Amino acid sequence: MRNAHSSPPIVQAHGLWKRFGALTVLKGVDLEVAEKQLVFIIGPSGSGKSTLLRCLNRLETPDDGAITIDGINLLSPKTDINKARQRIGMVFQSFNLYPHMTARQNVTLALRKVLGRGKEEADIAARHALDRVGLGERMDHFPAQLSGGQQQRVAIARAIALEPRVMLFDEPTSALDPELVGGVLSVMRELRESGMTMVVVSHEMAFARAAADTVIFMADGEKLEEGPPAQIFEQPQHERTRSFIRQIDRH
Amino acid sequence: MTGFENFAFSFLNMKVMAQYLPQIAQGFVLTVWLAVLIVVAGLASGLALALVRSFGIRPLNWLIIFVVDLFRALPPLVIIVLLFFGLPAAGLGLSGFAATWLSLTLVLMAFSEEIFWAGLTSVHKGQWEASRSTGLTFTQTLRHVVVPQALRITIPPLTNRTIAITKGTALGSVVGVSEILGASQSAMSFSANPSPLMLGAIAYLVLFIPVVAFGRWVESRFAWKR
Amino acid sequence: MDDFVQAFLNLDIISQASPILWRGLWQTLLLAVMVVPLGLIGGVILALLSTAPLRWVRILAAGWVDLFRAIPPLVLLVFLYAGLPFAGLDVGAWGAVAIGFFLNTGAYYGEVLRAGIDSVPRGQTEAARSTGLSQAQTLAFVVLPQAVRNVMPDLISNTVEVVKLTSIASVVALPELLFQARQAQNVTYNASPIVAAAVAYFLLLWPLVRLMSRLENKAMAGRG
Repeated sequence: MRNAHSSPPIVQAHGLWKRFGALTVLKGVDLEVAEKQLVFIIGPSGSGKSTLLRCLNRLETPDDGAITIDGINLLSPKTDINKARQRIGMVFQSFNLYPHMTARQNVTLALRKVLGRGKEEADIAARHALDRVGLGERMDHFPAQLSGGQQQRVAIARAIALEPRVMLFDEPTSALDPELVGGVLSVMRELRESGMTMVVVSHEMAFARAAADTVIFMADGEKLEEGPPAQIFEQPQHERTRSFIRQIDRH
Repeated sequence: MTGFENFAFSFLNMKVMAQYLPQIAQGFVLTVWLAVLIVVAGLASGLALALVRSFGIRPLNWLIIFVVDLFRALPPLVIIVLLFFGLPAAGLGLSGFAATWLSLTLVLMAFSEEIFWAGLTSVHKGQWEASRSTGLTFTQTLRHVVVPQALRITIPPLTNRTIAITKGTALGSVVGVSEILGASQSAMSFSANPSPLMLGAIAYLVLFIPVVAFGRWVESRFAWKR
Repeated sequence: MDDFVQAFLNLDIISQASPILWRGLWQTLLLAVMVVPLGLIGGVILALLSTAPLRWVRILAAGWVDLFRAIPPLVLLVFLYAGLPFAGLDVGAWGAVAIGFFLNTGAYYGEVLRAGIDSVPRGQTEAARSTGLSQAQTLAFVVLPQAVRNVMPDLISNTVEVVKLTSIASVVALPELLFQARQAQNVTYNASPIVAAAVAYFLLLWPLVRLMSRLENKAMAGRG
């Protein structure tokens, strides 16, 4: 069993507000993630879950609130955001692999340009990361030559090669054909077992039941409910959580 | 004189500008006239060539492709100089105006043929088949089904190309056409002052800024996702 | 027919003129090698400004581009060559050509590259930034390579136009191919040197024109 309460949370976000014009997407959301935990965020579209995740990598800057990740104040103007982002891996719904680079080059770009590694050293790290996601054999393929599931696994390799402290997943399987989802989920499960701290926004409820430490339900920019998967899925307190889970389960 | 007064005397000399304004205004009218004739003749002949090409008569198409390539590869100024200084040797003297008009018309014809042709071929084969299956003839299909769709796709590149080629009217100054640049250059040498050239540049801006802005609007209006 | 050959394809005259025509061709190539990179540098700067986060920077860049797309390049060249000396600034023929092409072709390349940058999905930038790449690194390694690839046909077509445009340098007495051909024509009273120059331009640019029309047809077919 993980000792979730012995050390301070590695991700601490407090009172996050975010507006896009007239629309308020986050209304004072708090989030804490302890080291080696997997926090799973669910909720209807437009609930603000993706925006919350993007704030954690400062791809969006919240209008108000505080974010500390691994002891670094993410919102301070003094923080070197590029350096901070090395410790926060991000995986996107649409993979966002660089189409003009091979799988290996996709992985080594940041290793070389951000961490300043030499070519050989970066290649070794890339091979290791791609092996981990089961694509060591496809190193020199371009994204267009890979299936969607393989592309997403390369994207995960691109993030883990930087040895991040936290991994953020933004609906990593939503753009995939059903038969390709399993490969990506098993890579995520392997990551979790190796002790990676993870925040996942997704609709894969079975995966959440099996792998999450904490499940958060969000709606309308607010966190409505939070607890272990058994509690959220079997005895949801909130009416909106109940109806959301009923809808998802029907599929 | 201070630096600025000096600059103003040279480049924004109102007296000189006022003196040569009528000449440059005449040049302006000539430029517009030349441009309109180029656009009408160039686009019409370009479309005609593209339509002829769509009939698919082999030797004729090779000829069209060669002519189009020729006038896309040759610099417009080379064509103008060739027609103006060369044709008299063949007993066919052209005025500077005619040489400039013919050259730029041929260039616009070549570029617009290529764009029209690409537009025609971009219309899906199914459109042809659907139209012919309802009993429309080849020409009816072309006219009512294919050309309207092709036009939509061709308008942005066509607009930009037409603007670029119309600006070539300034090349007429090389063969003695008193369009804007020609008029301002001769005024500059008469007055020994570059203010007429400034006036000429302003005239070009007055003429072409709206056209360029229109091109930008067309481009965003008909924008397609790449 | 004989008259025609005498007037336009007079091989004696062409061979007489060939030394200066070769020199002219060489100057034209030199000119192209100079002005294409100059225009590309101007174009990259303008494209970056046109996609800057600040609104007023984008508007200024668009205004600049439109200004130099509205002024005929020959007018710009004549102004730089014959007008600037009145302000005590004599940049010479090569200087005028360099500045003029930087401004004019820079605007055209800038517009092409801006469209290219716009065509790269936002997710690409986000993915690159999420791995810690700086904004400059993201542009250099992720956005620009894709942008250039996406607008390759337009870049090639613009480059052909730039090489053709070098012929206007003849107006400011820069001894490139057209200038030399006209000199030879003046001396011999025969149009054959100009025809020879035209053939040279055609042979130089025809392969690129062929390539262009292939790429354009393919691009348009993809949109239809």
